[in-house]
Formats: sequence, structure tokens, C-alpha cells
Amino acid sequence: MSVTEMFSYIQGFLSADQDIREDIRKVVQVLEQTAREILTVLQSVHQPSGFTDIPSKCLKARELFCTVRNHTGELKTKFPVEQYYRYHEHWRFVLQRLAFLAAFVVYLESESLVTREEVAKILAIEVDREKGFHLDVEDYLAGVLIMASELSRLAVNSVTAGDYGRPLRISNFINELDSGFRLLNLKNDPLRKRYDGLKYDVKKIEEVVYDLSIRGLAKELEAGGDK
Amino acid sequence: MSKREDDGCARKRKTEAGYKPEDCVNPDSSVIAAFKVFQQELDTKHDKHERLVKISRDVTIESKRTIFLLHRVTSVPDVEEILSEADVKLDGVRQKIGQIAEELRGEDLHQFHRAFTPGIQEYVEAVSFHHFIRHRTLISLEEINARLVFMRENKKAVGEGEVAWTGPSVLTFQITPIDYLLGVADLTGELMRMCISSVGNGDIDTPFQLSGFLRQIHDGFSYIGNTGPYEVSKKLHTLRQSLGKVEDACYTLRVRGSEIPKHMLADVFSSRAATHVDPDEPMV
Repeated sequence: MSVTEMFSYIQGFLSADQDIREDIRKVVQVLEQTAREILTVLQSVHQPSGFTDIPSKCLKARELFCTVRNHTGELKTKFPVEQYYRYHEHWRFVLQRLAFLAAFVVYLESESLVTREEVAKILAIEVDREKGFHLDVEDYLAGVLIMASELSRLAVNSVTAGDYGRPLRISNFINELDSGFRLLNLKNDPLRKRYDGLKYDVKKIEEVVYDLSIRGLAKELEAGGDK
Repeated sequence: MSKREDDGCARKRKTEAGYKPEDCVNPDSSVIAAFKVFQQELDTKHDKHERLVKISRDVTIESKRTIFLLHRVTSVPDVEEILSEADVKLDGVRQKIGQIAEELRGEDLHQFHRAFTPGIQEYVEAVSFHHFIRHRTLISLEEINARLVFMRENKKAVGEGEVAWTGPSVLTFQITPIDYLLGVADLTGELMRMCISSVGNGDIDTPFQLSGFLRQIHDGFSYIGNTGPYEVSKKLHTLRQSLGKVEDACYTLRVRGSEIPKHMLADVFSSRAATHVDPDEPMV
């Protein structure tokens, strides 16, 4: 094989690679659009009026997740499935956002932590790498961390809206999450950086709980160990 | 205001102390159980990554040594001896790459690609340098990949010390075109050094062969241009410099060659190379 032949072979490989990336980018753009729409729907829970009809907002978000499922289905067809990590960077961000949104919806509905399996089901993707397009564990954890900072905001706003019970429940939940994350041995990577922000969310929520308890606003609501 | 904040901090410490026992009391909540699974998964992944980095480092070191060895061909009468010695070394490197392939069995190659790409590039550089010295051509990606096929005996313990042979399995390692490309770009630097040192030894054919070959590679890289990844365009700059040096050397050879009788040329050039060419060539 001559030098020229070798280089034109590689050139062919590179342009095929670029075509795939182009296709992926297009689908990811649509996914990002839908993710923003879901976020807009869910953001209204921070409004004082929003607290009254959380279930209807969750329902609306769930409907939008149907569109997401179509797009993830489309994304899967754009590249060979065993090369997931070759193109991972393209959808990593949006997948983390979607994991966050799914986790947030599930929290608002049932006040529990969404499992990785549930997120995968909501997005119509797999959990195991072997089975196809999957949710990487680090992306799931990143999504959960984004939710934590969203919940610290929600705690503040729920006090403004006069819901004094919610911050205490959020506090318990976040504390459980924090001790969960403390089990992990994180390397010096983006996930670790994001985890470092969790303590500020914990602190913020604890301050809200403190403010409520010294004013006796949480008295009738059984503050855990705060007497 | 500051007083309030102090209170907040003091209380925070208290709560943390207060929450600790709760963590211990409730270690089997669903959240904690889930995170224990994640912990295991992440640790497994990080361990594998570390192991791959370590193998990659060994591959880099051994490949570098092979390249140093190969640079001696310009000053030694028996080229074949060095080439076969390098072959042995490269076999050792291939064994290490076999370990990488073993680690990657059933994994996505690209997930851990960052861990071993430096080693692989260095290997491409060494193996293509070796190939060039022997055949004066560019080794192709298929030829490299063809030598990265490993047979592994699958041992499986069955009952009391009994070993069942499930037959040898074939394990392959595929070098990605991009790693190949970057390795070849590094190769040009080695070729430039080889050219200068062969000039120093009075060999006047090798520089011309090398400049022709380097020009072909340079043309190839220009053809790819900026469609490749970012690193490729960075290496293209260094490649131009190497090519310039080789072309200058050939130019000098030609000009001096027409003035001086051939049998004296070697002496003239080697003294010139020693005083002029060496200083701007950094020793690696």
C-alpha cells in the first residue's frame, strides 16, 4: 500500500466519522430543545401559585418525556451501538439534564430518589452497556446532583409560599443523598467537582430548617432531632 | 447579621453530629443500598483505568528504547543484527498490548481510550520506524493490526484441580486510525534525526530517500488538512519543520557534491554537520 493510498483511506475514515458526528449533533439539538421545555414546565413550581398543582405539572412533564423517547430512539440509529463512548461527549450534557429532569419529576411526585432503572425507563434507554444505548452511571449521578441544587432552591421558595413542611422533608432527603455520595470514591473528575457543590446545598437547606425551627414554624411538623 | 451567621455555623456542626448516628442506624435504606452499588461500579472502572495507564506507560518506555536502538543503524555495519534485536523488543511490547486487549475484553474500547493512547502512539512510531528501515515504505494500518492478534488459552477450573480447556480464543487489538495517524506524525521526527545522523556518517543516499519519503507523508497530511482532530493539525507544524531540515540537508549535499570530488565529500559534510547541524537539533 503506497503512502498516498494509506492517507486517502484515513481521509475516508475521518470524513465518515464527521458525518456521524454531524447527524448526532442534529438529534442532540432537538433533545436539548425538549429538555428546555420540560425545565420550563417544572420551573413553575417555584412560583407561589405553582405549589398547588404540582401533580398536573408533573403530568405535563411526563407527556413531554414521550417526545424525548422518540428522539432517543432516533439517536440510537445514528451510530453503531458498540461505539457509544466514541461519541459520548456529544450527548453527555443533555443526558445529564434529562436525568435531572426525570429525577425532579419523580421527587415531586413521590418524594423519593429515582433509581437508575427508572430514569432509563423514562428515557427509553438501557441500564447495562451490553444491551445498547445506556445511561452511564456517572451521568445519572450528575443528574441527581443537579436535582440537589434545584431542591435547595425549592426549599427556600416553599417557605416563601407558606409551605413550612416541605423544607424539612427536603432536608431529610438531601441528607440521605449526601451520605450516599460520601460512600463513593470519586476521582478528580467533573463529577467530583459537582459533588463538591453538594455541601453548599445541604448547608442552605439546613439554614432554612433552622430559620423555621427557631421561629416555631415547624413545631407541629415533627422536625427530626431539632427540639 | 454576623451574629446570626455564627449561630448558623454552630448549629450546623451540631446537626452534623446529630445526623451521624442516624446514618449508622439506617444503613440499609434504599438510597444507601443503591449508592453502594454505584460505589462498586465506579471503583471497578477506576481500577481498570489505572491498570491500563500503567501498561500504557510500560509500552511507551519500551517503544522509546526500541527507537533509540534503531537510531544506531546509521553508524553500525551490521544493520540486520540491530533490526532483529529490535524485533525481539517489539515482541515484548506486543505482549504488553496483549494485556491491554485482555483488560478491554468485553468493554468499549473508546471508554478507556484516553488511558492507553500515548502508549499506542509510541508503539506505532516504533513499529513503523522499524518497518521503514527494513523496507523503505510506510507500514499500513492493517499490517500493524494484523500483528496484534493474540491467542489466549482459556483455562477453566472444573472441580478438584481439574482444568478444562475450552480451546484457545483469539483476542485482537485494533489501533484506531487516529492513533495511527498521530504515530506516523511522530515517526517523521525520527526520520529527520536519522537523516541528519546518516549525513554525519557520510551516507549520501539515505538523505535523498528520506526526503522523498517525508515529502510523501507531508503531502498525505496536507491532504487530510484540518478534517482530522485537533492534535493532527498541531503535529503538521512540527512535520513541516522536520521536512525543512531534511530538505536543507539534501540541498547542501547537492551543492557541495558538485564542487568537491565524491570521495572527499563525506569528510567535508561530516565536519560541517558536526559544527552546524547539531546545535539547532535538540537532543531528546
